Amino acid sequence: MSELLRIENLSIDIQGADSRKSLIKGLNLSVDDLQTVALVGGSGGGKTTVGLAILQLLAPAMKISEGNIFFSGKNLFECSQKQMQEIRGNDISMVFQEPLSAFNPVFRIGSQIAEVLQIHTDLNRKQIKNRVLELLDLSEVSDPKRVASYYPHQLSGGLRQRAMIAQAIAANPKLVIADEPTSNLDVTIQARILALFKKIRKELNISMLLITHDLGVVKFLADRVFILNEGRVIESGATNTIFENPKESFTKKLMELI
Amino acid sequence: MIKKGLSPFQMAMATFRKNRLAIACVGILAVLYGSAIFAGFLSPYSYDNENREFSYCPPMKVHVIDSDRKLTRPYVNQMNLSFDKFHKRIYTEDKTKSFPIHFFIKGDSYKVIGLVPSTRHFFGVKVPGRLHLWGADSRGRDLLSRLLWGARISLSIGLIGVSISFFFGLLIGGISGYYGGKIDNLIMRMCEMIMMIPGFYLMLALRAAVPTEFNSLQVYIAIIVIFSFIGWASLARVIRGMAISLKQREYVLAAKALGVSDIKIITTHILPHTISYSIVAVMLSIPGYIMGESALSFLGLGIQDPYASWGNLLSEAMGIIQIKFSPWILLPGFFIFLTIICFNIIGDALRDALDPTLKSEGQS
Repeated sequence: MSELLRIENLSIDIQGADSRKSLIKGLNLSVDDLQTVALVGGSGGGKTTVGLAILQLLAPAMKISEGNIFFSGKNLFECSQKQMQEIRGNDISMVFQEPLSAFNPVFRIGSQIAEVLQIHTDLNRKQIKNRVLELLDLSEVSDPKRVASYYPHQLSGGLRQRAMIAQAIAANPKLVIADEPTSNLDVTIQARILALFKKIRKELNISMLLITHDLGVVKFLADRVFILNEGRVIESGATNTIFENPKESFTKKLMELI
Repeated sequence: MIKKGLSPFQMAMATFRKNRLAIACVGILAVLYGSAIFAGFLSPYSYDNENREFSYCPPMKVHVIDSDRKLTRPYVNQMNLSFDKFHKRIYTEDKTKSFPIHFFIKGDSYKVIGLVPSTRHFFGVKVPGRLHLWGADSRGRDLLSRLLWGARISLSIGLIGVSISFFFGLLIGGISGYYGGKIDNLIMRMCEMIMMIPGFYLMLALRAAVPTEFNSLQVYIAIIVIFSFIGWASLARVIRGMAISLKQREYVLAAKALGVSDIKIITTHILPHTISYSIVAVMLSIPGYIMGESALSFLGLGIQDPYASWGNLLSEAMGIIQIKFSPWILLPGFFIFLTIICFNIIGDALRDALDPTLKSEGQS
């Protein structure tokens, strides 16, 4: 199995008005082809920041002080703005925590999924329309045609998350970064969305970087786990190993919460 | 189950439709713009058809009962001009000579919507008769005809001017707010330079810079360009502020994460959210353009005789003598007033419909 994503010694600082606080301190992480890797940590620990750093979409106050991120052997920090735009959505895409705010409230779901296809594919209008319905169907939306014509606020939380997943996989990315994809859903829907992730990852040969605080989700989806605490990876390894034999007290604490 | 979604715009339009006053204003504007488009057909004469013997002729009476007290087709009588001892013009109806009003009559040539040449007019009288339903001006040109022809210029200048300055205002404001930093600083200082100079004097100065040998069409375009040049700045400032707040929304980040380009994010994810503000601002700023053109033309700096605009028609009403003895030449002023009131009422109603948080006090 070859390596798809490698984060080397990544450090990120938050630049305040007159102070600099370091958020991530020398993070190392790798995702192999077709593998799902979980990045687990407490809230406010900078997990989302790592996800955004991969796409180079950090807020202006966040500064990468050192480190490199390689994707398919290419150093992302050496890519131009234009090359990054090509990579985003096409090679790496992201599923956000709160789909209600991640969708533009004034456009219909269908047209927002179509937007990704317009940018990254050469399909014509009609093909795009069909592809949108296909994608929604793939995301196990029961009535794709109707859902595509709805505005984000008209859908239930579960449906919105499915639509978000359809949008993320629209351009056949190699890597999907899922940032707390189920935290805002109730337990029954959570289970279904996780099952959907499992199915999609298999059907489309997608690798995943799962960012979460919920070890229950990790146990269900991830092949490898990286535990992040205070800006450092304190423990990593295959999911089974970690669950059977956690070494660090922080990991143990997290496991008690399941 | 949820119904098929109404777009936010459709919901706003439903609210707007309940405002009867605003709907009435839309109707009035539709009539005004409609008659401006078909000015050539609706007006009995061309804008420059003059007859000095009808100088300041008062509005003619249309009769439907003839001298034998029988109902006939509408007609007007011949107007005879005489002077009293103070050289004041006195027009008297000559009951013996009458001219019936014909519909779809042949007259001055014009082009339908500027394309198809035609000589048919909706109504008129046969020569040698003359028809001045709303009176005539100093050179005996029909005021109704000139009002209709003038409406073309006065009403279109607002729409075209506003579209150009809003296009630039939105785009420049969006770019400024989205990128921030140096670009923002530069653009905003530029806006302030333009806004710093009092609008009317800037307008006069720019007008003076336009070559005098320009023909009327070129002057018309020059005026639009001048207005647009002044108008975009204030809008750009507001849009920039909105863009700064909108760019921090998560869907903008999500769009970036999907590889959407900057310019597309500005046009599809930021500017559409300023639309409720923009539509209202458009409606409320059109009167400014109409007033601006009227003011320029009133001062003789805008559209030149023989071409008509409501402003230069009104410039005939500068003296007390004219206003006192031929008050009908104030009619263009009434139409300017009517148009502006309509745009303002529609603007207010749209604001109430599009943005409930801005709803003005005391309205239900």
